[in-house]
Amino acid sequence: MKINPMEQFAAETLVPLHIAGYDVSFTKESLWMVIVVGAISLFMVSAVSRRALVPGRLQSMAELSYEFVAGMIGGVAGEEGLRFFPFVFTLFLFILFSNFLGLLPGSFTVTSQIAVTFGMAAVVIAIVLFTGFARHGIGFLKLFVPQAPAWILVLLVPIEVVSFLIRPMSLSVRLFANMLAGHTMLKVFAGFVIALGSAGGLLSTLSVAPMFMIVAVTGLELLIAFLQAYVFAVLTCIYLNEALHLHGH
Amino acid sequence: MDATAAKLIGAGIAAIALGGAGIGIGNVFGSYLAGALRNPGAAQSQYANMLIGFALCEATGLIGFVVAMIILFVF
Repeated sequence: MKINPMEQFAAETLVPLHIAGYDVSFTKESLWMVIVVGAISLFMVSAVSRRALVPGRLQSMAELSYEFVAGMIGGVAGEEGLRFFPFVFTLFLFILFSNFLGLLPGSFTVTSQIAVTFGMAAVVIAIVLFTGFARHGIGFLKLFVPQAPAWILVLLVPIEVVSFLIRPMSLSVRLFANMLAGHTMLKVFAGFVIALGSAGGLLSTLSVAPMFMIVAVTGLELLIAFLQAYVFAVLTCIYLNEALHLHGH
Repeated sequence: MDATAAKLIGAGIAAIALGGAGIGIGNVFGSYLAGALRNPGAAQSQYANMLIGFALCEATGLIGFVVAMIILFVF
């Protein structure tokens, strides 16, 4: 039996829809995005509906995530960065929930699609550019000129420009590739279980080994799921900090 | 050479990128531990930076993985 570990990433069409020659069908991916947004809304609304002075379990989780992201923005981008709190918090929760929900068996990982992650990265860079130019005017271009002797600048300025241009790509590919690689690895090990289990005889009992491996890798994926959401949010803060303060505070 | 064979060899070569990522991740955690054991007081404040370094490092290996997948499934 041949198992294709990439099959899980196919965004099957659920409701075909074509507008003006564009394919805007409601796919499995759209469905899971709706589920992710619904889960976040349910979590946040039910967590803060009581507003107890002594928070219960759910309210503590909401407060914890709020304070975690607020502390992160304050630490990286300073007080002014807190204006972007709603944006960064939304990004963080969306990525975190899609990564976690994607680990459920039979579900679909929204963030394993480059279209989704690149869309988010493009919005981040657009906001950075808009903030930078609105705040510093044409002086925002000083971002590309670090403090250095003139003869080094000849080398440094092109490097800075290229590294800025490559940001949306590295931001999106990091998240997408992590999710893609992790889920492919899980399915490859699942393929080992089936291949060994159907081999018969002594080999069948050996199929327990890759199964335990799946458990271990799922644990690692939980860590990666959180870490990638955190890294995406932190890098967004770092880019926003540069747009707000150019070099340093 | 058969085109399929060349494709498979290429995908295998692309997996070498994981070696570099392994060195990098080992370096990130090793250096963090070395620093943390010398100055445990400063360790907690640098934990987040370590995680960022880990993620940046890991991404380079994953880009190798993406190249292998593109070779295997796109061409």
